[in-house]
Amino acid sequence: MTMKLRRRAFIACCLLPGLVLFGLFKVYPTVQVFEKSFFQWTGIGDAPRYIGFKNYADLFRDDVFLLSLRNTGFLMLVVPVATLLVALVNASVLTRAKLKERALYRTVFFFPSVLSFVVIAILWSFIYHPTIGFLNAGLERIGLGQLAMAWLGDQRTVLWALAVTMVWQAAGYYMVMYMAGIDGIPPDLYEAASIDGATGFRQFMHITVPMLWEIIRITIVFSINGVLTISFIIVSVMTAGGPDRHSEVVMTYLYGQAFTNSNFGYAMAIGVFVFVVSLLLALLSNRLTERGES
Amino acid sequence: MVSGSTGSAKGRLPAALGRNALRVLMLAQTLIVVYPLLWNVLASFKTNAEVMESPWSLPSSLNWSNYADAFRTARIGDYLLNSALVVLLSLLLLLAAAVPTAYVLGRMRFAGRKLLANVYMAGLFIGGVYVIVPLFILMNDLHMLDNRFWLSAVYATGSLPFSVYLLTGFMKAIPADYEEAAMIDGCGYTGTLTRIILPMTRPALLTLVIFGFFDFWNEYVLALTLITSDEKKTIPIGLANLMQIQQFATDWGALFAGLVIVLVPTVVLYALLQKRLTEGMMLGGVKG
Repeated sequence: MTMKLRRRAFIACCLLPGLVLFGLFKVYPTVQVFEKSFFQWTGIGDAPRYIGFKNYADLFRDDVFLLSLRNTGFLMLVVPVATLLVALVNASVLTRAKLKERALYRTVFFFPSVLSFVVIAILWSFIYHPTIGFLNAGLERIGLGQLAMAWLGDQRTVLWALAVTMVWQAAGYYMVMYMAGIDGIPPDLYEAASIDGATGFRQFMHITVPMLWEIIRITIVFSINGVLTISFIIVSVMTAGGPDRHSEVVMTYLYGQAFTNSNFGYAMAIGVFVFVVSLLLALLSNRLTERGES
Repeated sequence: MVSGSTGSAKGRLPAALGRNALRVLMLAQTLIVVYPLLWNVLASFKTNAEVMESPWSLPSSLNWSNYADAFRTARIGDYLLNSALVVLLSLLLLLAAAVPTAYVLGRMRFAGRKLLANVYMAGLFIGGVYVIVPLFILMNDLHMLDNRFWLSAVYATGSLPFSVYLLTGFMKAIPADYEEAAMIDGCGYTGTLTRIILPMTRPALLTLVIFGFFDFWNEYVLALTLITSDEKKTIPIGLANLMQIQQFATDWGALFAGLVIVLVPTVVLYALLQKRLTEGMMLGGVKG
């Protein structure tokens, strides 16, 4: 065998396992989801029938889909903002305030990020549980018993309750990212600011946030995408979309259409729609957070 | 918000005050993170009557029967074994596919290399749930459903784009001299990869394994869809099912015990790997 041939054979052998897996489980389903979203396809045994854009047109007449879209939009707005804000404040406190026990806080705050989403969802179901949950019990203990309610069973509170759970899960993860970013900011910037008498809050606004801006931009996109994935698990375990669909999110709706109603074509149209929207959101957030100067 | 360094004597008192205010804020958050977990551990030792009575009370005695139930009737042990098997298989498949791919993409020149790197890159943006329907249909057609090996293959594929991306960067950074020397010494291509390059990428490999472990161990959506028979289910699915069953029976004991059984290895691993984990996150290239 010539040298050249051996080299080629080696390259091919190295690429093959990855290509097989990637082609089969990633590329092919991705191509399929776009193609079959134009088909009516109800059930495994059924032959797909081409119907053009009908699935997409139906989306906008489907009240439950529109409600799930609104719920998802709510979570995509509230959860990233709250998560990143908490993460940023905690990161800057832990790096700048020189508390002796800061390593402990860092360890504790990051811990939810390694927990299984299912475990988190179950735990929080019990926090909110109307009879045995300790949120209601706690409110009663401090004399605010009249505020106690079925947090997950009331359509006014259910989305907020889910949002809190999602912030609890993710804040520590982004905090660690920001901490690493803050470590990279030259300390003399802070020193100079302190000598000039700038308060901690002003340093946060005028040094930490601008210096971390590029990282913040990336984490916004990460976090918006995270909501899409995590909301599926949180909702399916904690509320199953209830009460009366008021916590239905697009991913749970997609899943139900596919695996409960066997509307494969329609479910794929939802998938494509959400994929395109999330891509647009990422681009939009990138554009909005672009810095004017330079 | 953040108290600066204490420059002058008169700044010292407010600074100390501010520091303690921040400390209170941090302690409150610590409580919010830790308390649900602590409550869970306590509840796992309570009888059902005690659980219903008050969420604040301590269990009257260490009631291990919940744990016995978790293993006996709720089959937590089986689910744990399934999860362990799936995690192990997924990691093996992931490394077997990612390492050679990254080596070739990072260190060899050939036609189509750039294109291939970009294709893997694009894979970073296509998450699991979007394509779950066609994936399910494909695997149904190929008789791959309800099979722990193929579930692992899907997991490995999911992590492949990021792993290739991370490892390729690592491989590129290794100076070419090492390879040339190995080639002159008579190492073939495979020998160079396994004996020279692999040991040098150990930190990146370790990062991948740690992240892979947590990702695969916790995965829910794919396992829910691709595994149908109860004896093959992984632990997240097992727990979610258990929750559904116990909700109707209002008998929570085994569920709380099951949660603790899953928490314990997570806490232990986390304690061991915490530093690597947070460092590894930055290795992933989120550096602005």
